[in-house]
Amino acid sequence: MNAGVGLPELLAAIVVLALNAYVLTGGADFGGGVWDLLARGPRRAAQRTLIASQIGPIWEANHVWLILVVVLLFTAFPAAFAALGIVLHIPLSLMLIGIVLRGAAFVFRSYGARDDATQQRWGRVFAMASVVTPVLLGVIVGSIASGAAGAAADRLASARGGSFTSLYVAPWLSPFPLAMGALALAMFAFLAAVYLALATDDAALREDFRRRALGAAAAIFVAAFGGLAVAHIMVPQVSGALIGSGSAGFQVMTALAAIAALWAVWTRRWQTARIAAALQVSLILWGWVLVQYPFVVPPTLTIRATAAPRTTLELLLGALVGGALILFPSLAYLFRTFAAAKR
Amino acid sequence: MTDLLAARTQMAMSLGFHIVFAEIGIAMPLMMVLAEWRWRRTGEQAYYDLARRWAKGTAVLFAVGAVSGTVLSFELGLLWPGFMRHAGPLIGMPFSLEGFAFFLEAIFLGVYLYGWERVGPRAHLAAGVVVAASGAASAVFVVLVNAWMNTPVGFTLDAAGGFANIDPVTAMRSPAAFQQALHMLLASYAATGMAVAGVHAWMLLRGAAPAFHGRALALALYVGGPAAVLQPFSGDLSARVVAATQPVKLAALEGQWETVRGAPLRIGGWPDASREETRYALEIPRGLSLLAFHDPHAEVQGLRAVPAEDRPPVAVVHVAFQMMVGLGSALALVALWAGWVAWRRRDLSSDRRLLRALAIVGPFGFLATEAGWVVTEVGRQPWIVQGFMRTAHAVTPMPGLVAPLATFTVLYLGLGAVVVALVASLVRETSGARA
Repeated sequence: MNAGVGLPELLAAIVVLALNAYVLTGGADFGGGVWDLLARGPRRAAQRTLIASQIGPIWEANHVWLILVVVLLFTAFPAAFAALGIVLHIPLSLMLIGIVLRGAAFVFRSYGARDDATQQRWGRVFAMASVVTPVLLGVIVGSIASGAAGAAADRLASARGGSFTSLYVAPWLSPFPLAMGALALAMFAFLAAVYLALATDDAALREDFRRRALGAAAAIFVAAFGGLAVAHIMVPQVSGALIGSGSAGFQVMTALAAIAALWAVWTRRWQTARIAAALQVSLILWGWVLVQYPFVVPPTLTIRATAAPRTTLELLLGALVGGALILFPSLAYLFRTFAAAKR
Repeated sequence: MTDLLAARTQMAMSLGFHIVFAEIGIAMPLMMVLAEWRWRRTGEQAYYDLARRWAKGTAVLFAVGAVSGTVLSFELGLLWPGFMRHAGPLIGMPFSLEGFAFFLEAIFLGVYLYGWERVGPRAHLAAGVVVAASGAASAVFVVLVNAWMNTPVGFTLDAAGGFANIDPVTAMRSPAAFQQALHMLLASYAATGMAVAGVHAWMLLRGAAPAFHGRALALALYVGGPAAVLQPFSGDLSARVVAATQPVKLAALEGQWETVRGAPLRIGGWPDASREETRYALEIPRGLSLLAFHDPHAEVQGLRAVPAEDRPPVAVVHVAFQMMVGLGSALALVALWAGWVAWRRRDLSSDRRLLRALAIVGPFGFLATEAGWVVTEVGRQPWIVQGFMRTAHAVTPMPGLVAPLATFTVLYLGLGAVVVALVASLVRETSGARA
């Protein structure tokens, strides 16, 4: 831990920031798909229309954050990327299928035949893929956090090996990663519900998404504490680090953000709710990062050990700074264009 | 099927699928911007309809390109972790730059598609220009990586076989970089432009909305025609780089087994790896030496100069090369014909023989692209990094790779079928477009 904070740590932080941006934007787009699947009641069609109108202009830009995470990971931490590609092949492939089906079905529904049968079919594919993909993303993160993915990679690297199941299936198909899958799904659904409530002027529709936001907040609570309980039994080092004294202050902040988000949704302060919800979800993400620092893939692959040579990191940082100067004004323009339009 | 072959097949299929949508994503935005620009200049309704139509097609095809491109970025690690572990720091730069170009593309495509009524006319057109420019930039960055795999530079090998003293900037400027990037860009405009021209030519033959389809045909030819005509020259540049840097690939392209001075150019033929000779080919004396080295007496290294395990599957490479050249030449000829008709100030859309030819060669550009991709990728085998890392050493240790191959094959076949049906229905809708 005392190796100091330098260029590798800075780039690792940027990878997490990009992941954070993906969760807050792309994650919410998946959450929108969840509410499409769960659209109920007399305003079912209006709910779906609102979701589609909110996702439509921005989901592809939001999706690029994930590409950026992948590219940054293999440029700056190639050994970590290689290890994860090997042992998490199956959940990563399944997540990719979800990503492909979600995106493709969304445009097929938007631009395909207008008849009800076609619309319903692609709507169903879009919504199902929107549920499955976040779960897999959470499962992957859970598998890394628990150290199981890293342990399997270590066994392969040391040629100790193991059965197919022990190397390629068990590290992710186990209770803790699945609990993290549920948590990711609940977080994305929560973000989406809060954003959607803010995005509509229709009072009844807004109440629909308020109820959904409250339900999702409860689901986050259950998944988070369920995950902690599972961790306590199965991966005590993770639960120990999460509730240990070192991160206690951080967990208090997360709890405060959660309470603030819940209060704002309850009292219909939507602007506040959006900020508090985004903060809560971000703090949960950074809580994971803090627990496993300085490892990229625990228990052995650290930031320093997997970092690319300094030349690469320096160039990459330069490219990121230059890219950000173009990217952020462009993103601001995109969001302003479509945020101003709904009022 | 071995795991290595399954991994190679999955990568080839993923790339073969993506490359079509990538090319469309590069050229289609340019065409829709041109249509909108014409509409704003002339006020003709047909151009407005055309811009909206092409934008609709772009929206669908770009999305499929975006998600299939995502698959590829993950597959680098899922299938080739050994490659990425060593090459990641060297080739990460162009991928990172591509990430930002892709960001701009996605952001301004959103503005373009959903912003017709929300941003001013200049801003809207400018958004489209940004999409077209960043699409082209993305293609260049990605191809820089492939060029490096063909002509790797910017490192030394350490004792363990890893890359040391790496220089990512030099790696971006590998010997094949310019020629390959140019060839890919021209391929994108030629394939997409001529395919769109083919569709509108076919609609004109059916007598549908001539004002609309006539304008569409002309604009598509402006984009696709010049690129198709220039592509053979760009191919010549590429071939000379291959001749200078990848002699085994050149020998495979031509089915040249013996090292000789004044090697012939072979048209057609079947390279027989067991007998180490190429039969049934039409041979143009000294043609290969002349084309590849611009010297009829130049020595061309044959496949026998390297051990059999260092040679690519010669028949696949040779046939793919012949297909690429043949399809590309047909495309260039029809483009020249169309240019000649237009230059003589005759109406393109009433020349039924030309329309028929355009409809027939419509898919040729995409087929030539697929063949060309096979040439460059299969032609580099058994290397993933030419001369430095074998593909077999890069593949994931995970067994059972046939399963993901089968899964993604089914996924892409299904997706491909839906896209074709959807684009066909978008085209059919235009038969009643305002004339």
